[in-house]
Amino acid sequence: MSVNTTIQSSASEASHGADNGAKTFRYQMVAFGLIAAFIIIAPQFLYPVFVMKLLCFALFAAAFNLMLGFGGLLSFGHAAFFGGAGYAAGHAAKIWGMPPEVSILFAVFVTVVLGTLFGFLAIKSRGIYFAMITLSFAQMVYFYALQSPVTGGEDGLQSIPRNHLFGLFDMSSDQNFYWMVAAIFALGFYILYRVVHSPFGEVLRGIRENEPRMISLGYEVQRYKLLTFVISAAVSGMAGGTKAMVFHLASLVDVHWTMSGEVVLMTLIGGMGTIFGPIVGAAVIVAMQNYLANLGPLVLIIQGGVFIICVLTFRKGIVGVIASWLKVRL
Amino acid sequence: MTPMSDNLLKDPSEAVATDALLNISGLQGWYGESHVLHNINLTVKKGELVTLLGRNGAGKTTTLKAIMGLLKARSGSIKFGDAELINKPAREIARLGIGYVPDSRGIFGSLSVMENLLLPPKIADGGFELSAIYELFPNLKERLDSYGNKLSGGEQQMLSIARILRTGARFILLDEPTEGLAPVIIQQIGHTVRRLKAAGYTILMVEQNFHFARKLADRHYIVQEGQVVDEFHNNEIEANLEKIQGYLGI
Amino acid sequence: MFELLGIPPQALFGQVLLGLINGSFYAVLSLGLAVIFGLLNIINFAHGALYMMGAFVSWILLKFLGVPFWFALALSPLIVGACGVLIERTMLRPLHELDHLYSLLLTFGLTLVITGVFQYSYGVSGKPYPIPDILSGGVNLGFMYLPKYRAFIIVMSMLICFSTWFLIEKTRLGAYLRAATENPEMVSAFGINVPILVTLTYGFGVALAAFAGVLAAPIYSVNPVMGNDLIIVVFAVIVIGGMGSILGAIISGFSLGLVEGLTKVFYPEASTTIIFIIMALVLLFKPSGIFGREA
Repeated sequence: MSVNTTIQSSASEASHGADNGAKTFRYQMVAFGLIAAFIIIAPQFLYPVFVMKLLCFALFAAAFNLMLGFGGLLSFGHAAFFGGAGYAAGHAAKIWGMPPEVSILFAVFVTVVLGTLFGFLAIKSRGIYFAMITLSFAQMVYFYALQSPVTGGEDGLQSIPRNHLFGLFDMSSDQNFYWMVAAIFALGFYILYRVVHSPFGEVLRGIRENEPRMISLGYEVQRYKLLTFVISAAVSGMAGGTKAMVFHLASLVDVHWTMSGEVVLMTLIGGMGTIFGPIVGAAVIVAMQNYLANLGPLVLIIQGGVFIICVLTFRKGIVGVIASWLKVRL
Repeated sequence: MTPMSDNLLKDPSEAVATDALLNISGLQGWYGESHVLHNINLTVKKGELVTLLGRNGAGKTTTLKAIMGLLKARSGSIKFGDAELINKPAREIARLGIGYVPDSRGIFGSLSVMENLLLPPKIADGGFELSAIYELFPNLKERLDSYGNKLSGGEQQMLSIARILRTGARFILLDEPTEGLAPVIIQQIGHTVRRLKAAGYTILMVEQNFHFARKLADRHYIVQEGQVVDEFHNNEIEANLEKIQGYLGI
Repeated sequence: MFELLGIPPQALFGQVLLGLINGSFYAVLSLGLAVIFGLLNIINFAHGALYMMGAFVSWILLKFLGVPFWFALALSPLIVGACGVLIERTMLRPLHELDHLYSLLLTFGLTLVITGVFQYSYGVSGKPYPIPDILSGGVNLGFMYLPKYRAFIIVMSMLICFSTWFLIEKTRLGAYLRAATENPEMVSAFGINVPILVTLTYGFGVALAAFAGVLAAPIYSVNPVMGNDLIIVVFAVIVIGGMGSILGAIISGFSLGLVEGLTKVFYPEASTTIIFIIMALVLLFKPSGIFGREA
């Protein structure tokens, strides 16, 4: 049974019944509502920085899931986009003094270029090969970040300023920046949602389920995969650039392969073929890391253990199980 | 004399021949969701050569796979001597003395002919010694160092049979031995099969080539849509030729 | 003494030696990965962690049981190989029918667990492991100084690579392996227990990683993350060599180590990424790798 059939079985269970499209829509709206409510209420009882971190990772995981859950392509190198965007946005904000929206746009531009380059070469291969090749490219980015004076090496890029949004609004206060981050998350997530629920998304699903068939139908499969890769990279870049500004820091941790592994774990726990899964998965992992931060290497063991248990017994993920149970597509 | 076909309408367990080496009753099989074998009933006596005839997709190869344990989802009963095969894995079934010659021939391209020949372990005494194999298949002897993927179709077929003979298996499942082969080679294979039968081997053969089958077999089963629908002794062929041709669409 | 392109010979040959040593590790690790990938069709992400485990077990054997290097060279691979057998039997076998990406994810999770366990138990600092007396010191060859232990590493690696190649290509057991790689169904129809063959093969590949770890212990400090960055380079090596190819793994491993060493002499900034760059080039022109079979 392939990754595809795990995703398919959730989906096909969802499409039984004539009004299941309507039911799906209702539950998706509920999910949107819950997320919106959380974003609005959360700063009341959680630290804004924590919630911002959560939103950035949620967006990152959702962008990653576009490739894995919907494209069927496991990239093990997404840290290159997430972390690389952090350096790019940080550079724009700190060295060039750009306002935050420009810095993040610049970060997205950089990840689009990187994504196109890496994607073009990696797309030539499939499955495990693809995973390993993306890992290698990300490692190149890591070594560049480690050695280049531009990125600050081991120290990273520190004291990144947030500057003024549109040149007008001071983003240095966490309260203010929170709403910008929320807006970025909403925009990025909306883009992903629209891509998935579009004709493009249908073709992508077709490619994931039966690539030879799509080729024989005349679709330029490689172009679709590349475009998916670039979109995924770009939105990851949105998330990464924003995160660097949340913490005023871009560092090697964000381009290390363990970051690539973490986003895989988030997607796996949340539910691979689902739209809302990565958000839940990101919340779980970020929260877990937060509360276990002082346990040192135990965190590694726990994360690894969760990985293993998920792969062996819980492949549908949290949202996947919920969606199955409700018989909708989440 | 009542036609053999009438016997099929009776309860199969009544008709169990006491010297049946293989006895299949109520065999059902699935490829994933697809229900491919609906109700296979057949017997093979020791020393017999029995063929499964039928059109493409009837379920003949699937039946052989089910016997060999290569069809994972199956139910019913497959008795080989005293042993019930229905839940056994392929490796145990092989060790009971059944040899499988698949329609794809199953020759390993990355191994030499010699390595292919020696690969299946001996599972019983009485198998052919290498010298006897070379005598039966002289052209294999010349090709011992060639790699499997360099052999012609006929040579692969010979090798596929030869390596089973070395193991000591006495019951052979032979799937479409003549498929895609030139008439001259087909004759050679017919020769070989006849010699094996004379040596006391029991053979269950799937064949599309009816003319090849009727020269060798003792009995024939007609398989249609996953079921055994008819049965003929070789000496009943003439009398039922039109009917058989109707079944096979020839 | 002559100079080559402005580089004094000691420096040049010193780097060549270093390159060959790195190449030795790349080769042995790639070999283990190739053996596992050939039969199981999975990428053993945990290979780096198991290499580390091999080094650590030899250190533990020495420190707590006084077991010297020469016994550790045999014992550590056996112990770690046994762990590999356990891993395959309990965690990888259930995933065998599924998409092989799940196995990759599982072995990734294993990497985290194994690294975490050793980090938790022994901290991050490197543990010293002495070079065995008989191999300490070196030989002055005139154009360079050759440390005995380093030469030993290269020789042992070549020996183990050749032995493995011989085992797979020229023996009956190797024939079972090659046949099962090609058509496992047919092999089981002959009466061979393919699942056990698979489990033992994984164990063997893991043992190879542990063997490299023991070799590494005296010259690299034994620490929990010693395998992690290494394994990513090894992945690139097997992409370059071709994923299923035993010979490809060995040749690529040694050659790329050499290339990396030479790069360090003539263009040091690129030395950490040269292998990845070569991988990118190979992908452009021959995606299945230099010696690879088509995917």
